[in-house]
Amino acid sequence: MNWEAIATSLKLASATSAVLMIVGLPLSYWVAYSQRRWKFLVEAVVALPLVLPPTVLGFYMLVLMGPRSPLGRGYEFMVGRGLPFTFEGLVVASTLYSMPFTVQPIAAAFRTVDRKLIEAAWTLGVSSWDTFLRVIVPQSWTGLLAGFILSFAHTIGEFGVVLMVGGNIPGRTRTVSIDIYDEVQSLNYASAAATSLGLLIFSFLVLSLVYGFGRRRQAGRFSIGFRN
Amino acid sequence: MNFRAALWFALTFLGAIPAHAAEIRVAAASDLNFAIKEIIAGFEKKTGHTVSLTPGSSGNLSNQIVQGAPFQVFLAAGREYAQQLEKAGRTEPGSVFIYGTGRIVVWTPRNSPIDIDKLGMESLLHPSVKTIAIANPEHAPYGRAAVAAMEKTNVYARVKSKIVLGESVSQAAQFVQSGAADIGVIALSLASSDPMKQAGRYWLIPASMHPPLEQAAILLKGSSSAARSFHEWMRSPEAVAILKRYGFQ
Repeated sequence: MNWEAIATSLKLASATSAVLMIVGLPLSYWVAYSQRRWKFLVEAVVALPLVLPPTVLGFYMLVLMGPRSPLGRGYEFMVGRGLPFTFEGLVVASTLYSMPFTVQPIAAAFRTVDRKLIEAAWTLGVSSWDTFLRVIVPQSWTGLLAGFILSFAHTIGEFGVVLMVGGNIPGRTRTVSIDIYDEVQSLNYASAAATSLGLLIFSFLVLSLVYGFGRRRQAGRFSIGFRN
Repeated sequence: MNFRAALWFALTFLGAIPAHAAEIRVAAASDLNFAIKEIIAGFEKKTGHTVSLTPGSSGNLSNQIVQGAPFQVFLAAGREYAQQLEKAGRTEPGSVFIYGTGRIVVWTPRNSPIDIDKLGMESLLHPSVKTIAIANPEHAPYGRAAVAAMEKTNVYARVKSKIVLGESVSQAAQFVQSGAADIGVIALSLASSDPMKQAGRYWLIPASMHPPLEQAAILLKGSSSAARSFHEWMRSPEAVAILKRYGFQ
């Protein structure tokens, strides 16, 4: 097993999930409660990575981050180096790639919060922010947890986007999935098998955890409401 | 950011982020997959530097370098990539040298009914062959050499529909080594590796049947002195001896 690649993947997944919790929470809130007529368009955009081939996303990201795009140039000007083939570039790409895995479960959980409770809070003069923190979040924490765990796991398993944007640099952008690919090509089946088995067990544990929580919630009053 | 600090601590604790004095980032065409590991081991032992290796097809690696991938030394399976990168202003002027010439072989798994020593290139026409693995000619020089040899011997048109393309020559080798493909045209340097030798046999394709596969060692712009010494190491007696053992001439 390649511990360096495992560490890179864990770092990437932690960073991505952390960014997604910050970016994803307001977005999920908006998706759950907005009355805009064009909301479905935003929902479609958020869900795009579910159906888009990773190579398409990877290609666009590479072009967008590259030195020929204004965005890429702007970043290079501010930070001093470009985004492609860096760890930061991978975080940006993974954030987009794993977005639906955060937003969908969280928005679904927000929707299941009893509307009466939210309105009661408002009529009692509690601000929207406090209502969110003290009424909505406590009632949908399993959704938040699912959003975090799923985006984490999804990032660990990502391959196509990382291959295109990351450039397979050991210790920086070589993730576990790419390491397995390399090991198979080098005919190191034993190492590939060990890492693969590790990922299989990890994925199974993660999903068991998520569905386990889902069951507990359904047994009570609320459902976690996955929409896949 | 306590969480981040904790994470870093945990990862360091696992020994996952070793600190290195001089790290040299090397991109290498995947025909070197086995030879380069021995070469790097010798270099690291002698100098104390660390080499991080990124394998791939020459075309893909070259594209990444043009787009700014932070490699310092590029070992390409074709001289044309050196020219390409020179034109793009990514090489240290005058640094390119040829460290060897690659050869290609017809490779069959151990249990194959094909007598490759007798049939040579005609092996590809054997009735038991359903799939033929080669590297993708679009970005792998070994794929282009394989196609050239098949064309030269007039088998290409007849087997074209049976060809499966590996992303690089090492993936083509993996396809046929694992038995997923019945026969392959791959690099001699891969066929000379232990796992390939154990799994099958090969027939060396005469060098006259394809354009020479000149292997270029390229020092990329902005390289450290440690990177320079690795680049130079590719023509040291130690490295040359290893390359020879893997069939480079």
